[in-house]
Amino acid sequence: MSLIKIFKEGLWKNNAVFKQVLGMCPALAVTTSAINGIAMGLASTAVLICSNIVVSIVKDYIPSKVRIPAYIVIIASFVTVIDLVMNAYLHDIHKVLGLFIPLIVVNCMILGRAESFASKNSVVKSIFDGIGIGLGFTFALFILGSVREILGNGSILGFTVTGEWFKPAIVMILPPGAFIALGFIMFAINYIEDRRKIKNAPKEHCSVG
Amino acid sequence: MTGLILIFISAVLVNNFVLSRFLGICPFFGVSKQLETAIGMSMAVTFVMTVAGIVTWIIQYTVLNPFGLIYLQTIVFILVIAALVQLVEMVIEKTSPGLYASLGIFLPLITTNCAILGAALLNIQLQYTFIQMLVFTIGSSIGFGLALILFAGIRERVDLSDVPKYFRGLPVAFITAGILALAFMGFSGLVK
Repeated sequence: MSLIKIFKEGLWKNNAVFKQVLGMCPALAVTTSAINGIAMGLASTAVLICSNIVVSIVKDYIPSKVRIPAYIVIIASFVTVIDLVMNAYLHDIHKVLGLFIPLIVVNCMILGRAESFASKNSVVKSIFDGIGIGLGFTFALFILGSVREILGNGSILGFTVTGEWFKPAIVMILPPGAFIALGFIMFAINYIEDRRKIKNAPKEHCSVG
Repeated sequence: MTGLILIFISAVLVNNFVLSRFLGICPFFGVSKQLETAIGMSMAVTFVMTVAGIVTWIIQYTVLNPFGLIYLQTIVFILVIAALVQLVEMVIEKTSPGLYASLGIFLPLITTNCAILGAALLNIQLQYTFIQMLVFTIGSSIGFGLALILFAGIRERVDLSDVPKYFRGLPVAFITAGILALAFMGFSGLVK
């Protein structure tokens, strides 16, 4: 499998939020605005890349019985690093994301990649997998955050985009809005992918015929 | 006393762990397809959350704080929870095989349930005393169970109804959860 393909699969085909439904807690909790979604996504990506690298280096030395606790300790160390770095240099964003920074430890996406990819593949491949999956996660959080910010606040990344006539629906920024927005985004993805399949189907038929 | 009651009601209804704080979403969608498994899961979570809350609180105030090791909080807490889940699994297996059989699959999953680590961290962040911590943890786990069981009941009904093609499965589950969260927002005036 080529490196580009690994990267692409992580970005869309195995998208953590939309396809695998992993890492839902931060995805729903911090996406009250697009910028929060990006920040959370990038923090998780950094942890994911680091943990993928270390797991793929030490994979041969860890007895398989204790591998899960070992992975959790590796992930927790990097989360602590990110937590302290963000607190020092990005204090405002750290305050907004709050509890969900230490909770990156229990983001099943990261443990899932350690278990299903990094523990079986080389370091270089694991780095590309980490970048792909991580950016896919960031992308999903950005989409969810944008939808909620536009509907709930009439702006995106802090810039107002809707006219005077638009009355923001505050509920979209509140907790119920997260569930509803994600439900409709998943509906849209199902619909688009199905349409694409229908469009491509007759073409294949012709080429065979 | 009123303070404790307020903490309890706030943890169960107003700041419900799943529907308002977004903790424990994975099991919320994962095991809510049947009412029975939902009840098993919420029992397991209640138990682990309470014990983990007590142990992590004691560690925080007797080890981490006096020795200035607060930066190790995340690592220590997750290790405590992982060890505890393993221990609970072994104890239940020995003492009551019946309960073990019904909880079996859910126990290892609890380690990566962010509700447990979230509750442990919140106890410290909100600077609760031991009694307050106990009330908050039990309230939170009851809130988690309440949301999970309510949602499982609704989902069993949704499965039987005629859902539009592209909404089937997860999309309709998320929208259902949204409506449930909307209903829980009605409690927000209870505690100021």
